[in-house]
Amino acid sequence: MKRLEVLLPAIAVLVATIPAGSAQRLNAAGASFPSPIYQKWFGEWHNMHSGVEINYAPQGSGAGIKQLTEGTVDFAASDMPMKDAQIAALKVKAFHFPTVLGAVVLTYNIPGVNTTLKFSPQVIAGIFLGTIKKWNDRALMADNPGVKFPNDEIVPVHRSDASGTNFVFTDYLCKISPEFKRKVGADTKVRWPVEGLNGNQNPGVTGLVRETPDSIGYIELTFAVQNKMPYAEIKNAAGNWIKPTNESVTAAAASAKMPPDFRVSITDAPGKDAYPISTFTYMLIPSKFADPAKAKVVKEFLQWMLTDGQKQVAALDYAPLPKEVVDKELKQLAMVK
Amino acid sequence: MKPRLVWRKTVNAVMLSLTAVCTVITVAALFVILGYLLYNGSKSLDWNFFVKLPLSPGELGGGMANAIVGSVQIVGLAALIGLPVGFLAGVYLSEFEDKAFASVVRYVADLLNGVPSIVVGIVAWALVVVPMRQFTALAGAIALAVMLIPIVTRQTEQFLREVPNSLREGALALGASKWRMIATVAVPAGSKGIVTGMILGVARIAGESAPLLFTSLGNQFWGGLTQPTAALPVMIYQRAMSPYDDWHRQAWAAGLVLIALVLIANVAARLVLARGVSVPRG
Amino acid sequence: MATPVAAQVTAVRSPSQTGDIIARLVTLVFAGCILLLAGLVVLELWQGSAPARSHLGWNFLVSSDWNPVTDQYGALPFLYGTVVTAFVALLISVPLGLGAAIFLSELAPAGISSGLTFLVELLAAVPSVIYGLMALFTIVPLMREYVGPFLNATLGFLPFFQGRSYGVGYLPAALVLSIMTFPFIISVSREALLAVPREQREASLALGATQWETTWKVVVPYAKLGILGSVFLGLARALGETMAVTMVIGNAADIHVSLLAPGATIAAVIANEFTEASGKIYSAALIELGLVLFCLTIVINGFARLMIVATTRKGSKRS
Repeated sequence: MKRLEVLLPAIAVLVATIPAGSAQRLNAAGASFPSPIYQKWFGEWHNMHSGVEINYAPQGSGAGIKQLTEGTVDFAASDMPMKDAQIAALKVKAFHFPTVLGAVVLTYNIPGVNTTLKFSPQVIAGIFLGTIKKWNDRALMADNPGVKFPNDEIVPVHRSDASGTNFVFTDYLCKISPEFKRKVGADTKVRWPVEGLNGNQNPGVTGLVRETPDSIGYIELTFAVQNKMPYAEIKNAAGNWIKPTNESVTAAAASAKMPPDFRVSITDAPGKDAYPISTFTYMLIPSKFADPAKAKVVKEFLQWMLTDGQKQVAALDYAPLPKEVVDKELKQLAMVK
Repeated sequence: MKPRLVWRKTVNAVMLSLTAVCTVITVAALFVILGYLLYNGSKSLDWNFFVKLPLSPGELGGGMANAIVGSVQIVGLAALIGLPVGFLAGVYLSEFEDKAFASVVRYVADLLNGVPSIVVGIVAWALVVVPMRQFTALAGAIALAVMLIPIVTRQTEQFLREVPNSLREGALALGASKWRMIATVAVPAGSKGIVTGMILGVARIAGESAPLLFTSLGNQFWGGLTQPTAALPVMIYQRAMSPYDDWHRQAWAAGLVLIALVLIANVAARLVLARGVSVPRG
Repeated sequence: MATPVAAQVTAVRSPSQTGDIIARLVTLVFAGCILLLAGLVVLELWQGSAPARSHLGWNFLVSSDWNPVTDQYGALPFLYGTVVTAFVALLISVPLGLGAAIFLSELAPAGISSGLTFLVELLAAVPSVIYGLMALFTIVPLMREYVGPFLNATLGFLPFFQGRSYGVGYLPAALVLSIMTFPFIISVSREALLAVPREQREASLALGATQWETTWKVVVPYAKLGILGSVFLGLARALGETMAVTMVIGNAADIHVSLLAPGATIAAVIANEFTEASGKIYSAALIELGLVLFCLTIVINGFARLMIVATTRKGSKRS
């Protein structure tokens, strides 16, 4: 009994060290696509305002949307603009705030191949549809003369979770391949014709491609760069081979007509320098916050993000938003309460 | 006769040595695990690990301070809830049993013990996260408490039963009331085993990750009772599944810290127990 | 052990008697908490899965089409993965575990036996996520580089070992699970073997049997209920295991015959998809999976306990 009399108060003291809610704490969840820059931003924000902690949990765009709908997070992030049905399911209307531009790149791990490969749209569709089965396929060799491909089966790596990156990639494939559109379609989660491997979020796919010989996967540019993995040049709609860079992504955004609610797709953009698998990524911000203190934090953060924050994105291989988009967003920001 | 006997003797020798091989393999598994963790973990363990908050993948020098504190908070709260409940339930089963009711409780406690940890997570999510509309350390603690209670109940009951009746009857004969007898004689006599059971139970829940996945979730910063909170086992999972070498190092370091804590608790508890009951038997 | 209230029977209700009544009441309430908790578990699982159960019916258990996009939920791939990994795990750990238990009970001197058993039991204390961490960085690369191709080359004529190994899959998961079930099998089987009365062994040896023959033909069959109980305990643990399996099974919601292929288990799919399950039916389907797993482990644990209790009863009767 004595021991218990000592144990329990000791535990109580430990538990009491749980910090009280004097800090302003917000919780957000969603896409892993922009998580490197978001984590940097939220970290900076905390350094600038030590009383504010914005906790971002990358769980995939689908999880972010679900948690926003259920109210378990204060705001969410998604690469895929919400569908009409998802918007209808929200109790509090939410605004889409594009944050950065990014590129979905095709990274690969082919034994013996160390160069940057060129993939044409038909090749990519063929690989993921299963019509191109081996690396030394004629179409691949035609686009990459001089590269020695092994006679191995291609292992496509997909996303296993509900992913905005998945949506962007399948959206692109639907545009360039009617067969893909018919058989698979575009969504955060699809039924892939070829089985391959499945990874959880961008880091999961990156890890799998890195470790698995003969694999190919679709991830955000930053993850490929951070892990020193090769990624391909892709032929765009204008017929040019484009490397995914900030410039080529910005070129893709330039040709887009931004609707008032910011829900737009910029894959397979027409521009001559445009990288074909580019996308905006969004923060989904409720139009009305129950807690005015939280609303204040969010508005201040977004204001900073749209102006000063944009200066930091290029270092992490994201492209900053075009000025017209920023101006429109600042107007939308005024509507958040 | 001879060849048959030779055959049987050979079979005997071979099979018995095979069993020795089996033993070596199974015991070796433990040493391989410990060895690997020690090697990889100690390479990666540094002061930063204990005091710094996690940083994003590109940046070096991050740590898991929030996960360590978070684990202490969640497990501490779970212990605060689970230990008294388990202890008192165990006292009931051993000292006050009302035949039918007690056997039902005992059976149900065993049942609860066998519930997979992910299912406990689902239940805690439904009971705490959904009404609060928030992922919280509290939900995680409740999930862990649900796992702790059956363990402590059974251990308490078992060790109280081992206390010889002569002690109890002696106290009662001297005029003590039943509850006083329990509090001052029975429980202290069985205390070594009871405390062991508590330590083992807490060590078990400290290593659980599945129930925390959708209850306390995780946090880059310090968590709190009503906030998502980082915990060591969950961080190990997240770091291990990432592609970054730096994060893998952190996963090994965290794994070493976690297993050190769990194994120290286990070994200490069993040594305490092995030193015998504090009261002579019979 | 029942201390009769007669010890305190007096005509007057003394303060200590009220104290006893309060003590009984308080502890009763806490014991009742356990019933309450169990009830809550069942209630939440049942209610939470209701939307899925009404929408999908029994088809849930027999369909192998798990497609959240079209709201199709067939649990068969996960049931298959759960059962296959557990079964293969036991296939590995039961012979090894039984062999070790025999050594520890029949051959090893008492001190070494308890010492080694203590070490093996420590395996049970290792957290699941650490098993996963180990497996991810040791078993998975080994499987991909060496074991997979080796199995392809030697046993590739069997459908179980065909196809390429990517490192993750049913077999690595089963390997991790087998290590995790060692302590249960060894510890309980050893107890069951030790409980076999000496006379049985001595009688057999007196008749001229070798030690192995005695063990295999007399002692083990005598203890078979306890050994079977240990297997069921190990099975229950293997079925419910989450973290270690999630990290190495590959998360493919399909049925594959080859053990080298990726798959999924019930626990793994819940862990992976619960936070993103949007829509009433999706979450409910995952909760229904939890319900199925719950029932499965309860039943198997129940069998295990029955067998272990029967052994101890048998042992005390016969000797």
